[in-house]
Amino acid sequence: MSDTTTRRVVEASNRQQGDHPSGDNRFELVDKHLKRARYEQDQLIETLHVAQDVFGYLSEDILIYVARALRLPPSMVYGVATFYHLFTFEPPGDHSCTVCTGTACFVKGADAIVQGVSDAYSVPTGETSADGSLTLKTARCLGSCGLAPVVVLDGSVLSHQNAESTLELVGTAVGGEG
Amino acid sequence: MAAPIDLHEVMEREREERFRTRWRVKACSSTACLSAGAGATIKAVEDLVEREDMALEVQVIPTGCMGLCSAGPLVRMMRRGGDESDYQKVTPEAAIEIVRSHVLDEQPVPEYELDVTMPFFTSQERVVLANGGVINPDRIESYVAHGGYQALEKALTTMKPKQVIEQIRLSRIRGRGGAGYPVASKWGLLASAPGKTKYVVANGDEGDPGAYMDRTIMEDDPHRVIEGIAIAAYATGASEAYIYVRAEYPRAIERLDRAIRVARRNRLLGRKILDTNFNLSVEVRIGAGAFVCGEETALLASIEGLRGTPRLRPPYPTEKGLWGAPTMINNVETLANIAPIIDRGGEWFASLGTEKSTGTKVFALAGDITNTGLIEVPMGTSLREIVADIGGGVPNGKEFKAAQTGGPSGGCIPAKFLDTSVDYDSLRELGSIMGSGGLIVMDEDVKMPDVAKYFMEFSMDESCGKCTPCRAGTVQMHSLLQRLTEGNGSKQDLRDLEHLCSVVRDTSLCGLGQAAPNPVISTLQYFRSEYEALIHEEEVVHA
Ligand SMILES: Cc1cc2nc3c(=O)[nH]c(=O)nc-3n(C[C@H](O)[C@H](O)[C@H](O)COP(=O)(O)O)c2cc1C
Ligand code: FES
Repeated sequence: MSDTTTRRVVEASNRQQGDHPSGDNRFELVDKHLKRARYEQDQLIETLHVAQDVFGYLSEDILIYVARALRLPPSMVYGVATFYHLFTFEPPGDHSCTVCTGTACFVKGADAIVQGVSDAYSVPTGETSADGSLTLKTARCLGSCGLAPVVVLDGSVLSHQNAESTLELVGTAVGGEG
Repeated sequence: MAAPIDLHEVMEREREERFRTRWRVKACSSTACLSAGAGATIKAVEDLVEREDMALEVQVIPTGCMGLCSAGPLVRMMRRGGDESDYQKVTPEAAIEIVRSHVLDEQPVPEYELDVTMPFFTSQERVVLANGGVINPDRIESYVAHGGYQALEKALTTMKPKQVIEQIRLSRIRGRGGAGYPVASKWGLLASAPGKTKYVVANGDEGDPGAYMDRTIMEDDPHRVIEGIAIAAYATGASEAYIYVRAEYPRAIERLDRAIRVARRNRLLGRKILDTNFNLSVEVRIGAGAFVCGEETALLASIEGLRGTPRLRPPYPTEKGLWGAPTMINNVETLANIAPIIDRGGEWFASLGTEKSTGTKVFALAGDITNTGLIEVPMGTSLREIVADIGGGVPNGKEFKAAQTGGPSGGCIPAKFLDTSVDYDSLRELGSIMGSGGLIVMDEDVKMPDVAKYFMEFSMDESCGKCTPCRAGTVQMHSLLQRLTEGNGSKQDLRDLEHLCSVVRDTSLCGLGQAAPNPVISTLQYFRSEYEALIHEEEVVHA
């Protein structure tokens, strides 16, 4: 989630007035986007992006909400959402570690990093560890191939990584919570 | 309605601004340099300027990619009307030292100086990337000061749509998105398509994992893309356009969005552009992580808000595209070449490159190579020149083994073909493709069956599932490769793999499936012994 979005979320949930009928003010941000998009049905993917940005993931409730707002069958919204890799349907962990597995990073040993983190936290790629502390993801090229292998830990880009260096940094991030 | 921008006045104003201070500090703030810490470097210089009251002497200009990403953060010191010094790996401390040394003592700082006489810089020919490291991508004035929107003005005020297409035809430019289709033919098809509503779509999906040319173009020179779209729309009679950008590129999306707003405010987009009768609206649409959406029919489905599955062609998009209306899709780099062609003429463009592949090509140079970064060379440059001279060769005393081009749809080119000219047709002859411009160098330690498995896993994950050969075939090929690379494969597995390659290539619905076997086919062709060495069977025949 971007900083601005986080701020908007916080602002929205702090606001006393204009409470959203659902009881969850975050829907206001989705509504705002919908209004700007004039409720056009071809704005579905954009709307799902906004919703995921705001809520962190797409729950069934959110999908139904979007479907109603755009007057689309929920099955279609579900079909579109599940087609695209970037949409997730489970709440993310407290920390996120994304390992680039694009070609440049692959050639420079990204696989070992994925394996290392996956083993150390018993978390398969694309999932969140059982205690909810870490989500491990892979990405196909972050466009920083000159810095390969690249890892993004909680939004910051780490260059020239290997399994040990990444594990150390992940450990600090996850452990730092106490 | 506000008056349109006066390009010449802006140029004049910018010229004055340029000479306002004795020093200009240009700092690359492109993605790679930012990841290497350019943000802190720029902040350090800005703080220094404020703290030591240098604002009348020094201006700091954040720019797009300067090219040599592996040496970032990159900084250029420019003296008014005079010399330039380029610096590499500029930490905040180094930046302070460099700026103070230049401004106070008129002395360069050799410790961080970058040798701009090395082939990495001298062997390049920058057309598409001409503004990289030069303009501030966030300011339209900066783009205009370097000739921006002149081509659009020229086209709208002095040329008929047919004459624009004629220049494109003379340039003989081919599409940069992979297939290399002649651009003028596609434009001609859209121009002659019936109907009032026509669309131009810029393909900024850049799915090749290991490539970031299009990203850099969109982030560092968004107005160049917009200008190309506007000229294309004028030439073909389109009045609506979309730029489809992958969601993994938030910065490109933000920059394009802003550039569109600013262009509209300056009457370079919208209604009555530059006071002519030409109208055009442009909108950014965002992908959501599906490689197949780079394929043009899938991309159109995605813009319509649907699952991004491709469909059979014909009908081609130029007949039936977005919402059934004639639509033309061009790659972002293709469109970035349009303004220079109109500015300098199609014949000038055709004089660059080779007979059948004109112009230049941008490559993202990465992998086991000394100088990683973005380069632009005339088509026809040899692979050796790119790898050995510009790229500085393979580091750590290792041997060059192969260069991969074309990503999951391409192949691996072995050392014996290093003297091949890099152009559409030569690469195809070698079983690879130009692709969008990812060029990954692999050294002796990289095992080719692993590379083939890597790309097959990619194609398997990204297959949209609509047609069986691609959906099931990639899974089968992947499991065969898995077995082989684990050392459990048989000669029969290898035969099955080869057979599947031809089946999937010949029967898949779209380019994804048709090209998915390429990495296997090319590595089998050039590195067959590596596959055979993996088979521990009695009957194995040693090469
Ligand atoms: C599976 C697949 C993925 C593709 N991905 C891209 C892409 O990421 N970017 C792109 O410009 N073209 C991509 N293409 C090519 C487009 O379909 C289309 O040919 C191109 O955008 C046309 O632009 P051009 O004529 O300017 O090259 C892809 C094609 C296939 C089959
Ligand atoms: S392949 Fe990892 S950043 Fe490009």
